[in-house]
Amino acid sequence: MKSDKITKYTLFIASLVILFVSGGMVFSLIGGSIPAFKEFGLQFIFSTEWNPTEDREAYGALPFITGTMFTSILALIICLPLAFATALFIAEYFKRSSLASILSSMVDLLAGIPSIVYGLWGFYTLRPLMIELGWSAQGYGILTSGIILAIMIIPYATSLSAEIISMVPNELKEAAYSLGATRMEVIFNVILPNARSGIIASFILAFGRALGETMAVTMLIGNANVIPKGISGVGNTMASVIANQFGEADGLKLSSLIAIGLLLFLITGIVNAIGKLIIKKLS
Amino acid sequence: MNAQAIQAPTISTSNIDSRKLKNKAFRILVIVLSALTISPIALILGKLIVKGIRQINLDFFYQNAPNTLEAMTAISNGEIIPGGIANGITGTIFLVILASLMAIPIGIIIGIFLYENQEKRYANLIRNLSDILQGVPSIVLGLIAYLWVVKNITNGFSALAGSVALAIMMLPLIIRATEETMKMIPGTLKEAGLALGVPYYKVILRVLIPSGFSGLSTGILLSISRVLGETAPLMLTTLGSPVINWDVSAPTSAVPLLIWEFYNDPNMVDLIWSSSLFLMGFVLTLNIISKRISAKRKVI
Repeated sequence: MKSDKITKYTLFIASLVILFVSGGMVFSLIGGSIPAFKEFGLQFIFSTEWNPTEDREAYGALPFITGTMFTSILALIICLPLAFATALFIAEYFKRSSLASILSSMVDLLAGIPSIVYGLWGFYTLRPLMIELGWSAQGYGILTSGIILAIMIIPYATSLSAEIISMVPNELKEAAYSLGATRMEVIFNVILPNARSGIIASFILAFGRALGETMAVTMLIGNANVIPKGISGVGNTMASVIANQFGEADGLKLSSLIAIGLLLFLITGIVNAIGKLIIKKLS
Repeated sequence: MNAQAIQAPTISTSNIDSRKLKNKAFRILVIVLSALTISPIALILGKLIVKGIRQINLDFFYQNAPNTLEAMTAISNGEIIPGGIANGITGTIFLVILASLMAIPIGIIIGIFLYENQEKRYANLIRNLSDILQGVPSIVLGLIAYLWVVKNITNGFSALAGSVALAIMMLPLIIRATEETMKMIPGTLKEAGLALGVPYYKVILRVLIPSGFSGLSTGILLSISRVLGETAPLMLTTLGSPVINWDVSAPTSAVPLLIWEFYNDPNMVDLIWSSSLFLMGFVLTLNIISKRISAKRKVI
């Protein structure tokens, strides 16, 4: 019986690791960003200046917040029809066929490709294409990174949506078919309303993924510390500015980068929490 | 009245036709969009194989990365770039082993803790926190490992710092996989052990973990394949090294870090494809092995 108590304590103590890691994370991020917020106040979030010149140092996060939002929203828009169609393919049109299982493992493969490989492919294949099409002079920018991000988040949106779509009760679908509905009408009038919140949640979670993606975006967005001018403009995201500027950072600049990390942590945390909350309500 | 009665069927038949047509068009649209969705895989793999296979030879696996000068001379002589990515391969293996040593035991224990305390409030808190950890962008984990390990423990860029970042990435995945696997093991197995008077830790070690072995290993392999290609957190923590390193407190290279270095050096750019091909092969093999294991698992 004594050993059982020890076992129980061991299990409990291990669980503290999660508490310490997540608590420590918030603590360290806040602690590290205090100098930046002390220097610039809340203006840090709304300032567009990024000037590392000594004695005139000024840092603001707005260009990166907008860059992150632009690329991620664009990625979400591009990903929507593709992921939705693929989910329908897997969970409705070819449900339980070998074709569907091949497709779904291909989609899983997409999730397995490392971010840096997406970046290389975007740089050497997609970027020249963008120049050729005349969509962007240098091939860098919001649009190029948005497309790559969309490909990267498709697996997350697809697998969850497919799961939700396949859970819609057959009786409901059969009832609609018996009234003479076509398959498309069943999809839009029975499946969609029933699976709506789950599908929305899956896209919110995919959006959360897009917010934090680093390498591929760093290689494609153009790395200009300005608010992007439209869809073909260059910019920088919160993640990419950390990756780009970290190497030569110390003092106030380092603290500003950590502050950007804190903001990124908060934004992705909120987005993910909303997605998870919707899913929890479903089950 | 009469005219309407005649009209009605014609309207409805044309309506049926258009509905059928729409239905067909939508089906085709779904198939086309699905094909479009997976097309990047073929395009990316194709590009990696076509451009990368030339550089892959024996040297590639057991020689360190060349320096810019060597690469430049080789290019100007029209030869393939000498050297390999041995420092990256060993570095990646080293980092993954360190991260696994931290994440696997703790992850499995926490998973069992959650399984034991399913609906308790504290367990729910831990479960939610672990979910939140899973969503934290990897670059933020890099910052954290920098603040904790690089600044305070190793006082410099180190393999330990990188593996801490990777371990925090792996932890939630292993916890989730463990809890899900434990839930699938019939409770009677555990009860049979306890009824025989076996102490609980032995039930965990001899009954729960062995019966859930395939589920656990699937989760572990997937979590490893998830962190293998991570670049961003390593840029902030392990920095990279031109030689093979097995010291936890020294900077270490890794395959994705080498790809990033090659990409930024115009003389070595040819090496990115072979290194990426290798990395992809590594990740895909792990993925396929874990799929195989979980496909066999249907028994429990």
